[in-house]
Amino acid sequence: MSSSITGVSAADTAPHGEDPKSALEGDRASTGRLGDRLFGGAATGAGLTVIALVVLIGVFLLSQAIPSLMKNEVNFLTSREWVPSGDHPRFGIALMAWTTVISSILAMLIAVPLGVGVALFITQYAPPWLSRPAATIIDLLAAVPSIVYGLWGLQIAGRYFNPVGNFVTDHLGWLPLFKAGGTPQNTIAFISLVLAIMILPIVTALSREVFAQTPGPHKEGALALGATKWEMIRTAVLPFGKPGVISAAMLALGRALGETVAVMILLSALAPGSPWSWSIFNGGETFASKIASAAAEFDSPQKTGAYIAAGLVLFILTFIVNAIARIVIERRKAFSE
Amino acid sequence: MKIQRMSQVAALALVGSLSLAACGSDSNSTSDSSSGSASGSSSASGSESAAGGGEDCGKVAIKAEGSSAQKNAIEEAISSYGDKCADAQVDYNPTGSGAGIKQFIAGQVDFAGSDSALKTEPKDGKIEADEAKKFCGSEAWNIPMVTGPIAIAYNVKGVDKLVLTPEVAAKIFKGQITKWNDPAIAKINSGATLPASDIKVFFRSDESGTTENFTNYLNKAASAVWTDEKSKSWKGKGEGKEKSAGVAEATKSTDGGITYVELSYAKDNGLAMAQIDNGGGAVELTSESVGKAVAGAKQTGEGNNLALKLDYTTKEAGTYPILLVTYEIVCSKGKDAEKQAAIKAFLKHFASDDVQKGLEEIGYAPLPDEVKTKVNTAIDAIS
Repeated sequence: MSSSITGVSAADTAPHGEDPKSALEGDRASTGRLGDRLFGGAATGAGLTVIALVVLIGVFLLSQAIPSLMKNEVNFLTSREWVPSGDHPRFGIALMAWTTVISSILAMLIAVPLGVGVALFITQYAPPWLSRPAATIIDLLAAVPSIVYGLWGLQIAGRYFNPVGNFVTDHLGWLPLFKAGGTPQNTIAFISLVLAIMILPIVTALSREVFAQTPGPHKEGALALGATKWEMIRTAVLPFGKPGVISAAMLALGRALGETVAVMILLSALAPGSPWSWSIFNGGETFASKIASAAAEFDSPQKTGAYIAAGLVLFILTFIVNAIARIVIERRKAFSE
Repeated sequence: MKIQRMSQVAALALVGSLSLAACGSDSNSTSDSSSGSASGSSSASGSESAAGGGEDCGKVAIKAEGSSAQKNAIEEAISSYGDKCADAQVDYNPTGSGAGIKQFIAGQVDFAGSDSALKTEPKDGKIEADEAKKFCGSEAWNIPMVTGPIAIAYNVKGVDKLVLTPEVAAKIFKGQITKWNDPAIAKINSGATLPASDIKVFFRSDESGTTENFTNYLNKAASAVWTDEKSKSWKGKGEGKEKSAGVAEATKSTDGGITYVELSYAKDNGLAMAQIDNGGGAVELTSESVGKAVAGAKQTGEGNNLALKLDYTTKEAGTYPILLVTYEIVCSKGKDAEKQAAIKAFLKHFASDDVQKGLEEIGYAPLPDEVKTKVNTAIDAIS
């Protein structure tokens, strides 16, 4: 792997003008000692295990899902019905896909700018006595289990969100996106907010790490050329940290897409046959929450298969998101070299 | 420095999870102790108390599986049975009625718990009752044991008493009546000050037996409005919430909310419960009014087979019509005498006055006396 999660790639750290690979690997001369070989083998094994695991999960999902998909009588990708049992199963993921994607995107729209802002504050603005405790507190947010966020949203935060939600639907309700639907605290808008809080520490922690690694000379150079502090951040810190921030955002997006319990508790399911709505002030179910709430009643392989097919879509969705992130990072590297 | 900070975080996280775990085990103590006391204490004081219990106690462990609707009731019964008979052990696995019957017919469990009696019409080419008979080598009996009333719970400021007819209830849950001051509601609630607010219906988003029984009631009692057959998944309107706790919580926190939920959840959340007027006057949900519905049910089985047919459209005064009856399905004559004796002993305990009375506290209704007599006769006849 040439790029790490922090976005600092071998190319960044290697001395300029040399082939980065040779700088890291030397002349490939191995001592040939036991420890060397053991460690090499263990590292390779670990890498292979992860790949094998992902492939096996994919194969498992596929093998369970295919028999149900064959029997499905409507288009799996575009139908909004969900009747996975019986002799005439009709199930499609359109609603779930919409809810999952829109809630995650909204959460990202809130959490990424906020997280980057917090990270910049901690690394560039805050005095040392403040930056450390602030960072620790943000990290603590990541340790809170999602059920706690769910209960917090249900019991406490929700009732403060209701007036806000009602205000938005009253004044912007003419936009399809903000059309009034259910009680605001039971809607996609509210879970997006809760999801944003849940993924904030991921974005913040990773962004902070990269920003802190901005080479001093870059910053000093910018300042020496007469840049203000903000200009220095814009020209030195942000470009350096960009791939790291993208990695952080994608990792966070992965969590938002797959979040289960909090969504299940907070979000109202729609009644079957409800008309399609683009509104974020509407209920719905995400892939993960739908599967989790139905898991107790998996009584036939066909039904289980239908839900697993939905899980497969989530799996692929996450895969695509990560692939896009990887491409973005690689492209940025190509420009900088 | 970094490592130190990490360890601080880890320590905090550890403390947090420990304290959470402590809460978790606390709330589960009832289910833990039920199986724990049944098996755990057998080694300590088993012999004396078993001798004291005499023939009221089973000698072998029995396994049962089925309906989750009666889970809390049977766990309560198992727990008190374990206190009485330290040697006896009963395990109940709440996997659902269908699964329970399947396992019973396959001989994997000793008796099944089910929300519905064994079916006597063919389904998928098989008749459940005949299959069970084949396995038992004798007739299989449906013994009603636990009745679970379903409340229509609501939260409307200033409305303490609300009467609903099946038609109006069906229209509300179908989304055809959307305001609390709708003339249809006002007509049957003269004197009540109904607000002009929206009715917010909450339904179970997960598949559930409660939904099945409630839709069955609506379908039977208001067939003109509620045309869908009973089903475990909701066919009406509203917002879906997770499990009974979810709908109860949502109704509690939403002014204008209404839902259908088991009695215990409505009670625990302090929700007002609608009175049902099937045509014979408004009826409040009480143990008596539910018991009356069970007593008024028609027995469809013969002799000691106590399969009941509830009359959802009953116009009998003082009868609350929305309920489910769960059965224990047993072999009337088993192959293993010891096992049969153990089943008999446990069911006897389950049907006893003490246990049935105790069920009231956890949201069930005790069996009415007429039915209890029949149940006891049937249990005595098990051999």
